[in-house]
Amino acid sequence: MSVPSGPRIITSRFDVADGHTYAGYVRTGGYVSLRKAVSSMTPQQVHDEVKAAEIQGRGGAGFPAGTKWGFLPAGVHPRYLVINGDESEPGTYKDRLLMERDPHQLIEGIVIACYALNASQAFLYVRGEMAHAQERLAQALNEAYASNMVGKNICGSDFSVDITLTWGAGAYIVGEETALIESLEGERGMPRLKPPFFPAVKGLYMQPTIVNNVETLANVPYIVGQGGGDFKSIGAPTSTGMRMFAVSGHVNKPGVFEVPNGVTTFRMLFEAPEYCGGIRNGGSIKAFIPGGASAMWFFPEHLDMALDKPTVDKAGSMLGSGAIVAMDQTTDMVAACWRIVRFFARESCGKCTPCREGTTWLERVLKRMLDGHGRPEDIDLLFEVSESISPGIAWPPRQTTICPLGPSAVSPIASAVRRFRHEFEHYIEHGRPIDGVESPFATHLASHA
Amino acid sequence: MSRLSEERVATAKEIIGRFPRRKSALIPLLHLAQEQDGYVAQDAMVHIAELLDLAPAEVYGTASFYEMFKFHPVGKYCINICTNISCQLVGAWNLLHHAEERLGIKSGGTTQDGLFTIEDVECIAACTEAPALQVNYRYRYKVTPESFDALINDLESGKLTGEVPPHGTLASVRQTTTAAWSNRGVEEQAQVDAR
Ligand SMILES: Cc1cc2nc3c(=O)[nH]c(=O)nc-3n(C[C@H](O)[C@H](O)[C@H](O)COP(=O)(O)O)c2cc1C
Ligand code: SF4
Ligand code: FES
Repeated sequence: MSVPSGPRIITSRFDVADGHTYAGYVRTGGYVSLRKAVSSMTPQQVHDEVKAAEIQGRGGAGFPAGTKWGFLPAGVHPRYLVINGDESEPGTYKDRLLMERDPHQLIEGIVIACYALNASQAFLYVRGEMAHAQERLAQALNEAYASNMVGKNICGSDFSVDITLTWGAGAYIVGEETALIESLEGERGMPRLKPPFFPAVKGLYMQPTIVNNVETLANVPYIVGQGGGDFKSIGAPTSTGMRMFAVSGHVNKPGVFEVPNGVTTFRMLFEAPEYCGGIRNGGSIKAFIPGGASAMWFFPEHLDMALDKPTVDKAGSMLGSGAIVAMDQTTDMVAACWRIVRFFARESCGKCTPCREGTTWLERVLKRMLDGHGRPEDIDLLFEVSESISPGIAWPPRQTTICPLGPSAVSPIASAVRRFRHEFEHYIEHGRPIDGVESPFATHLASHA
Repeated sequence: MSRLSEERVATAKEIIGRFPRRKSALIPLLHLAQEQDGYVAQDAMVHIAELLDLAPAEVYGTASFYEMFKFHPVGKYCINICTNISCQLVGAWNLLHHAEERLGIKSGGTTQDGLFTIEDVECIAACTEAPALQVNYRYRYKVTPESFDALINDLESGKLTGEVPPHGTLASVRQTTTAAWSNRGVEEQAQVDAR
């Protein structure tokens, strides 16, 4: 199987032993774009390149970064850039790598973005559990300040900006941008209602704020260095550039790959020798998650679909945070569904009743099926509760809640129950999975959890 | 246990100086407290409230929202085993079960000698290296029952002391820079639009 190739844009230093140091970064072409931006481009010109690149945000929603940057109201200061390094959507693993292996690339992207946005300060919010990433970023930031790449009069220009490195303390919901802002203000990480609290208008300290994902900003040095047009020519016109995908689950060689966006297919990622090299034990795909735990699941008929945002959206799911999880024919779909629902039940911030009560209820119903106490009416009950969180159980979800976390818990249920209803019925009737399927709790009863 | 040490108060003040508003330093300061004592002690929260001009109830109100903060002593080594989807698919529950048997405690418990706490946790962003765990937030990948036992032995014998600091310590390097420019006020920042 031949696969489309492209340049390594953001993973280019992953094999460079000292790529995370200032010396290693500069030796491999680092900070050239920043110098170019502050010495020979206006903020508007930098913004125009990012717009021309048509890079879609890599944090989950896929919103074009250049367009988002344009939402800042003119003349309102101070304004801030917040970098979302909270990576915690199940299945997602790429921002941590970017922070650990190439921290200066991210810092360069941040400073260039601040220049384009006329932002005075950036807040780099790293997930609390990522000690090594925090360490690497602290080291890199200290070096970058000492080398005048951050701070006052950057590269001798009249542009100055500070970056404050900080981290959370364990809460998935803080990845949602308004919750992240709350957390940065020292509050519980509970989302704000949009409208009126669109960060670009009323964000951190009620000032205009742009929130971008780590991977999104890591691409900025390339875009400014090579030009937005160059970036746009990579991948597909509807999904530009290279993009990182983490492929986990039942594949021979799970891994994180930077691939041409929009043209690579799911099958290529699963089967090509340069990627995952096939399904484990010569098996076959029963279902897969295309974009993180919040996404609707895909099935074998979707394998030849390209990783292209509009195509995947139209098929009823999302590429989300680039998290692909493969499940082979032995997968216990009731247990898989339960585990994801349990995640959302545990991580609900509790602000909205349908989410707080609904996710907990869904989890309990699934758990009692696994424990052998399922009731005949339970499948209907799952759908009823799902309806109360996400009316119509459609995609994209409608929500009765403040943020999309609640409706996300409905995705695994809608996916698994609709497709594998007989597995749920079998659990209800016999208290165990259908033949040929392995319970993940072989030596460990789910009742424990 | 205790209020923040003098040295940590100095660090706290540096951290506070990097934010436009004091309360933003709350979570970083709670981490300082947890680093000092291995958990967030009540006296430390009162001290943090004083440093940030907050009521202790506000400090606890924020702190208790976040999973990482512990309010009573936990093991010197907290072992967080991921059981989320990618790890569940390749044997995470068997690993957790093994860990529970090996240490004689259930998930959420601490061994009697105060050395180990185990917890089953949500995705730790190592899904392609499943099953994965963290010990005091340092990763171990593709963990088997055998490599788990070896980890416990190494922690018990002190072989990993350098690599795995006691619970509460996250990054061993801190940002040392001061906010050079941005916190000085809105007026200067308005000038940037002129650029
Ligand atoms: C429940 C929830 C969790 C999220 N978690 C993350 C996350 O961990 N990292 C991230 O970058 N974006 C996350 N997002 C998306 C952010 O709200 C935001 O859209 C994103 O950081 C914007 O960056 P981008 O435009 O560069 O993609 C999450 C959204 C929701 C609703
Ligand atoms: S939907 Fe859930 S997580 Fe989101 S704000 Fe409401 S309660 Fe919190
Ligand atoms: S699911 Fe275990 S690390 Fe992501």
